Amino acid sequence: MDDLLLEFLTETNEHLETVDVEMVRFEQDPNNEAILSNIFRLVHTIKGTCGFLGLPRLEALAHAAETLMGKFRDGMPVTTPAVSLILVTLDRIKEILGELERQGAEPEGSDNDLIEQLERMASQEPSVIEAAPQPESPQTSGQLVYQVLERELRPGEVSLDELERAFQEAPGPEKASTSGSLTYQVLERPLKPGEVSLDELERAFREAPGPAPIVIEKPAAPPAKAEATPPQAAKKNAETSDSSEGGEGIAGKVQTIRVNVDTLEHLMTMVSELVLTRNQLLEIARRSSEDHGYKVPLQRLSQVTAELQDGVMKTRMQPIGNAWQKLPRVVRDLSNELSKKIELVMQGADTELDRQVLEVIKDPLTHMVRNSADHGIEGPAERKAAGKPEKGTIRLNAYHEGGSITIEIADDGKGLNFAAIRKKAVERGIAGDAEVERMSDAQVAKFIFHPGFSTAAKVTSVSGRGVGMDVVKTNIELIGGTVDIRSEQGRGTTFTIKIPLTLAIVAALIVASKDQRFAIPQVAVSELVRVSPSSEHSIERINGTPILRLRDRLLPIVPLSKVMGLSGDEDANHGFVVVTQVAHQRFGILVDGVFHTEEIVVKPMSSKLRHIQLFSGNTILGDGAVVLIIDPNGLARMVGSGADTNEFQTDAGLEQTVASVEELTSLLVFRGGGESLKAVPLSLVTRLEEIDASTIEWSSGRPVVQYRGRLMPLVSCDEELAIKRQGMQSLLVFSDGEVSMGLAVAEIVDIVEDKLDVELLAERSDLVGSAVVRGRTTEIVNIAHYLPMVLETWSRKDRRNGPDRSLLLVDSSTFFRDMLVPVLKASGYRVQTASTAQEAVRLLSNGLQVDVVVTDLELTGHSGFALVASLRADPHHSATPVIGMTVKPDPQQIALARKLRISEIVSKIDRRGLLSALAELNASLEEAA
Amino acid sequence: MKPIDPITSAVTKGASKQMEFVTVTVAGQLLGLPISRVHDVFVVSEMTTVPLAPGEIAGLLNLRGRVVTAVSLRRRLGLGDSGATERRMAVGLENHGEAYGLLVDEVGEVLKLDPDEMQPNPVHMDRGWVGLSQGVHQLQDKLLIVLDVDAVLAFETEREAA
Repeated sequence: MDDLLLEFLTETNEHLETVDVEMVRFEQDPNNEAILSNIFRLVHTIKGTCGFLGLPRLEALAHAAETLMGKFRDGMPVTTPAVSLILVTLDRIKEILGELERQGAEPEGSDNDLIEQLERMASQEPSVIEAAPQPESPQTSGQLVYQVLERELRPGEVSLDELERAFQEAPGPEKASTSGSLTYQVLERPLKPGEVSLDELERAFREAPGPAPIVIEKPAAPPAKAEATPPQAAKKNAETSDSSEGGEGIAGKVQTIRVNVDTLEHLMTMVSELVLTRNQLLEIARRSSEDHGYKVPLQRLSQVTAELQDGVMKTRMQPIGNAWQKLPRVVRDLSNELSKKIELVMQGADTELDRQVLEVIKDPLTHMVRNSADHGIEGPAERKAAGKPEKGTIRLNAYHEGGSITIEIADDGKGLNFAAIRKKAVERGIAGDAEVERMSDAQVAKFIFHPGFSTAAKVTSVSGRGVGMDVVKTNIELIGGTVDIRSEQGRGTTFTIKIPLTLAIVAALIVASKDQRFAIPQVAVSELVRVSPSSEHSIERINGTPILRLRDRLLPIVPLSKVMGLSGDEDANHGFVVVTQVAHQRFGILVDGVFHTEEIVVKPMSSKLRHIQLFSGNTILGDGAVVLIIDPNGLARMVGSGADTNEFQTDAGLEQTVASVEELTSLLVFRGGGESLKAVPLSLVTRLEEIDASTIEWSSGRPVVQYRGRLMPLVSCDEELAIKRQGMQSLLVFSDGEVSMGLAVAEIVDIVEDKLDVELLAERSDLVGSAVVRGRTTEIVNIAHYLPMVLETWSRKDRRNGPDRSLLLVDSSTFFRDMLVPVLKASGYRVQTASTAQEAVRLLSNGLQVDVVVTDLELTGHSGFALVASLRADPHHSATPVIGMTVKPDPQQIALARKLRISEIVSKIDRRGLLSALAELNASLEEAA
Repeated sequence: MKPIDPITSAVTKGASKQMEFVTVTVAGQLLGLPISRVHDVFVVSEMTTVPLAPGEIAGLLNLRGRVVTAVSLRRRLGLGDSGATERRMAVGLENHGEAYGLLVDEVGEVLKLDPDEMQPNPVHMDRGWVGLSQGVHQLQDKLLIVLDVDAVLAFETEREAA
């Protein structure tokens, strides 16, 4: 394309952008001569250039617009329809310019429609104005323009409105020359009784007989001399403020030069290459031990490169105001369309960020602002009723924080309707009724980021289609940013976006999968866990899905090699798990090896490979190898669709509020013989295993398997279920120190968190009872039933403590008693049990001698503390060591325990804690003995 | 002095009409690429394979600090891979601002050919090749297929690794 044309296009587009913004400002401040002159000048320039380049359509449009603007300059009233018409014209011009850029020539077509309207408006005919979004009547509910007085009316003065009326009624010369600015100003206060709106005035004026003067004269005419001074003074005030404003109004010219974007890109690429080469040199220098004197210069080179890198990065930085430029117009148009009064406040427009990042967030920002205008800000009547100012405010605020930029979009509207969101979530099946009730408002707010979620009752052209917020969130997260939302019903909503300052250079963790290296962005890595079958962290399977138990939380595992199709090895259990958090999902990526972190220059993927979700780009490492960069988002998407692991992908926050220890127990649900479901508290289960049945040895008819270097007896969980001789056998492993037992099950179904509410007590000793777990009747297995079977036959525990120790276990829960007794027995105690404090006291006063009392502190009836208190009061037992058990120790309990000389408090479900507390006691008892 | 063209026997009428082609060999077949499209020729040493990539993409290469997408001409023509793993040759091309390396068996010399002498694709030419060929040149003892570089690099990426 012609250089001249290119130059023209760039320049004209810039001018149009400026005119756009200035028009909106002008509409709000029609007095401002400076703005008007600026606009006029720009439009005039555009017209001139178009004429010069032989672009007739553009020239005609610009000319018509310029004529109208000229009328404004001459004092014609600036009405909303007029401004809208000009804005529409600007849009048309932009369209034509776009076509011009694409085709190299003006597109065919006629703009007579607009030109006629513009001419008509300029000649002030009272015909219907057809600017599209505007209603016919000049009495719009949008922006009525009044006159503004910069100060209070002094006594004897009249309002400008009254002046107008007086003037209009008085006979007088038709056309006085008017000078300077316009008569339409903004009234800061509501109409006083007896006043009329200027629009009404206009209409009356036009209907009045006599030749219609083109302009309303400035009231400098003699009959109103005295009254003229206040408005003149007012005008003067307006003028002076104008000129001072004018100075700011026209953009202050900062020293700049225009540089082609391609040149900058090239510069950036070269600097990136420099960085990589520098890394390579540093790598070599690191490895070599001899110093030929180049190390010092190399350091210097490294420093210079880093500074050069910083400097070039800065050239990519643009003020965020550039993304905000279009917004005043958007808000203005929306205010009119929705008949609301909205003000847009922009703070921190000069905060800088990378060009690329700017591109990405431009649309999300617009979307959120539109949302605020559409759903957030209420109509003026509603606001007034709520005691808020009629004009709603949308505030944009941007600032730097650490290595990122924070952008806030806040409105003082009506806030999120949490009830509607809850309802919608249930309707959409995103969450259950009970769940949404439990969630806090903050958590409910996050639902709006769900795809397809929109609580707008109807879809407007502005928003409500429910495709917005999830796309916004995804786009922002794609570049490593976060979106958050805070809202208070009736007060307003605030979105907070945090994005990294630049995308070009990123810290990454280098990992290997099947001998190929990949890079994972450091921001995505929460932690690294080494896994192997023999270590504490080992990958287990539920329903075939690999899972890692990490600090009592379940992490779905994604084997990278499998996702990439590099291997079909299903049972990988060696390597490292990179724990990553994507949106609200935590999962782990299984890799074979982990190397180090490196700062890498992100290069975009080839267009032929961009469709692969798994990779977000590639880079060249210090040693010259090309390495692909993994996109955790993309990985999650690839795996998430179809995978049925939704049980585990809960919102972290949700998990915390929902899983409070008192209420819910983690239960492992499995199938025994037949169709019945069984469950056992997860905390009792040591491991889940799936073993090859052919490795099971049968010794005197009892199944045994070699497990971790020891023999582990197997028991079937159900008499109907036979332990397999072939194929894979699922096992629940229970261990107690060195002794383990494998419970054979038909199928491991699930892990759920639910209230353990045993409703029906079982008659059989192998079951505790039945409970409703996640809506299904499930038999709760009594592990205690199985352990003795196993322990008595296979016990290897030598009684280290010579004399038998006796112990009194006091606990109201049969379940827990039954669970603990075998454990305690296996540790070498003779165990006596009591279910209530009274029973315990009775036993003790009847002569029962025990070495230790282990009691639940929260017994039914008299509390454990009461029991201990009575113990201490009894001379026989005042010195007996007591170990207290509780669900959740709190400071009060601990204090009380100390007072009563309770040796230790352990958690009820912490068997190991209990045993070690006992062991300690033993040691001290032995010493004492 | 007239340029001595070892291949075409006809005296060139108007040297400006001749076009230069870089010749390459793939599975014994000689192909020519317009020299204007060829940026360089290089030996491929290290290549990074890209999992889940379309079959034609052999991987990614580092060429003087630039990441180049390696496209296997063999696979593009529907042929299997050659057994050779060492010393692969590649022709550097550019398309829409991106760098590609076309992997070939061998790189030959540069030939000057008269475009008027180019004949349309023979009727029995493999259908998969027809789209990639602009035409053929009858050389002394063999046929040279003129490659359409844009066509070679314009393969579908929409299908996920099937």
